[in-house]
Amino acid sequence: MLYRETGQFKRNYAADQQLFPIFQDKILLGVILTVALAVIPFVINDYWSKAILLPFMVYSFIALGLNILVGYCGQISLGTGGFMAVGAYSSYKLCTAFPEMNLVFVILLSGGCTAAVGVLFGLPSLRIKGFYLAVATLAAQFFLIWMFNKVPWFYNYEMSQITAPPREMFGFLVSGPQASPTAQYLFVLGFLIVFTWIALNLVRGRIGRSWMSIRDMDIAAELLGIKPLKTKLSAFAVSSFYIGIGGALIFHIWLGTVEATEAFDILQSFFVLFAIIIGGLGSVLGAYLGAAFMALMPVGLKVVLVDGAGMAVDTAKHIEIMLVGSLIIFFLIKEPHGLARMWQITKEKLRLWPFPY
Amino acid sequence: MKLTRLALALGVAGLFASTADVPSAQAKYDAFTVPSLVYRTGAYAPNGIPVANGFLDYFNMLNERDGGIEGIKVNVLECETAYNTKQAVECYENTKNEGQSGALAINPRSTGATYALIPKTTEDKIPLLTLGYGRTSAANGKVFPYIFNPPGTYWSQATVFIKYIAQQEGGMENLKGKKIALVYHNSAYGKEPIKTLETLAAKHGFELMLLPVDHPGQEQKATWLQVRRGKPDWLLMWGWGVMNQVAIKEAAAIRFPMDKFIGVWWSGSENDVAPSGPAAKGYLAGTMHAPGSNFGALEEIRKHLYAKGKGAGEESRIGEVLYNRGLLEAVLTAEAIRNAIKIHGTTDIRGEHVRDGFEAIKLDDAAFKRLDLEGFMPPIEITCENHEGNGKIAVQQWDPDTGKWTVVSDWIEPMRDLVNELVSEDSAAFAAENNITPRQCN
Repeated sequence: MLYRETGQFKRNYAADQQLFPIFQDKILLGVILTVALAVIPFVINDYWSKAILLPFMVYSFIALGLNILVGYCGQISLGTGGFMAVGAYSSYKLCTAFPEMNLVFVILLSGGCTAAVGVLFGLPSLRIKGFYLAVATLAAQFFLIWMFNKVPWFYNYEMSQITAPPREMFGFLVSGPQASPTAQYLFVLGFLIVFTWIALNLVRGRIGRSWMSIRDMDIAAELLGIKPLKTKLSAFAVSSFYIGIGGALIFHIWLGTVEATEAFDILQSFFVLFAIIIGGLGSVLGAYLGAAFMALMPVGLKVVLVDGAGMAVDTAKHIEIMLVGSLIIFFLIKEPHGLARMWQITKEKLRLWPFPY
Repeated sequence: MKLTRLALALGVAGLFASTADVPSAQAKYDAFTVPSLVYRTGAYAPNGIPVANGFLDYFNMLNERDGGIEGIKVNVLECETAYNTKQAVECYENTKNEGQSGALAINPRSTGATYALIPKTTEDKIPLLTLGYGRTSAANGKVFPYIFNPPGTYWSQATVFIKYIAQQEGGMENLKGKKIALVYHNSAYGKEPIKTLETLAAKHGFELMLLPVDHPGQEQKATWLQVRRGKPDWLLMWGWGVMNQVAIKEAAAIRFPMDKFIGVWWSGSENDVAPSGPAAKGYLAGTMHAPGSNFGALEEIRKHLYAKGKGAGEESRIGEVLYNRGLLEAVLTAEAIRNAIKIHGTTDIRGEHVRDGFEAIKLDDAAFKRLDLEGFMPPIEITCENHEGNGKIAVQQWDPDTGKWTVVSDWIEPMRDLVNELVSEDSAAFAAENNITPRQCN
């Protein structure tokens, strides 16, 4: 009843090709966008921005990127942390070398740098598959972090902890300590909306289909005329582009200062990989749901256990670690295809509700 | 649906967290809020726990014995960071507006978190107390009005170590041709002393050997192979957490003379030497305060807290090096709050007032006597332009037979000229980069 498609006819090709063809989906999206654009900016404060919304949005962005590579193209990567670091450090270098450059271009260009590095480390994927590729990308993780810590050029011969200089957009500071939470939130939200839209279109078009064919059976795909070289490397490029932008956003907007060894260590790679596995491989929505689960669950549990129940902080932390771990197992047993699949099942159920058969 | 309920719980919980930030202008606060960013879990927990306990115990003792500060209780708000900068940022945002007073001072206890919080706390006007860690050039109070790093910086400490080595070798001129190695945590923290040591190496003609150890430092075989091959005369260490224990064990394994191995004051606690057993005999470390539990204030903590079962940790661990360090953080914070009340003549103080309180800290021997901490540390005096407080630094030695640290050197004065030069150079660069006009002090 609630989710009934009956009577929604498509009368032309444009209607058939739209991103959200179902009326109810449009309403839901409209509500989400209205809240995100017209409500949150007015009520957001430092805590909501720095502790909840920015982490969620930035990790969604990065998970989206990794999902393109792992979920859509089937190439396992454990180099996410390293690629995030490439984004952060190249944006730092660009930002300090060209102080007049607009932050949007800095971040886009650093995404471009990361894409180039991603392609470089993606080359082995033409010969190595599956777990072996995971090991090869792990090498990228360790090499890149080592390099950013070792070579002083990357941190301008100062401290290895880099600090984001203040930058403006339309007269509003978006990075640096004086930036208002609203400006920072809207800045990241802008990136997120635009690049989610691009990702949605990419994955349903020719490129996305060629990624999926490589993922499902590379030999068959090759016989169909899909070039593995171009396809795999394009997945690495696009994925790293997203991840690099995410790393630059972490550095400029969320934390304001990072150190490669700590902010982008191997645990970050696992964190994002877990996020897309829990959220749903090969699903744009899954990236969001997974990032929400991984980034917000610990904060939520902490608030409930410490502020709510008055538990000692270390006990709460231990419980949180155990609980998050068991919830991951629970969700994977309950629905191996992730939260996105759960949402899909919910929609199917709603289609029949209240008259299930 | 489980999911919706979950989402609801999250939303409600979040709302709960953010509603408590309206400060009221009532006559008297119920309590002063002092957040304490702790790490009682994770790879650095063995070092994080005693610091956190010392801090908590001192304020709880003040609450029990004196009813707080000027009759207002101190609410120590612990927040777990697991030594992770991202979680520290969350903790800071979560606690900074708690209670009527808001956060009066922040103790981040991690160099990474310090760097992340320096611009934020300056903007929010909350003093950041980084006791013997953090950003060295923050000693310049003109550029860093809200950051305090008493009683000494890593640069001061590096010069003290070189002075101590020179004493042992019989004078500065004997440093020539000596080889000194630095084993350091490969992070912003561990790299801090390098610049100072390089300057000193060039000046006094010793050779400096740099040996980085990657986080968390459980695997150091390659590093110690280099030590064996390079045969340095003296070893310095800038380590933290599990790295310390492993390094001391490895040094013992290659039979490096322990009395020529000096750790920074974060590499000189019971936790670091105990795993090596008798092999750690003679190991040296820097210190800013006396070790041991023979101080009146610690007796008070035993009497008012542990005797009633209200202590934060185990009674036997009172007086450990890092416990005393946490205690010192609390003593300075409490002193700053007291000063702030005195200066501004009101108990309705906020972070910016406590900043003035920090800048009025003048602890001489008489003051330490008043605080029941006679002989705890040499005098320090923090001023508007000097946030380092001109503390002196000593070298302490471990004796596994008695299980005690003993101070074996005098309280050594750092090479102030050299350090100040580096501080003003670095802080001027920071000011230029961030468009800060240094404030006037008079």
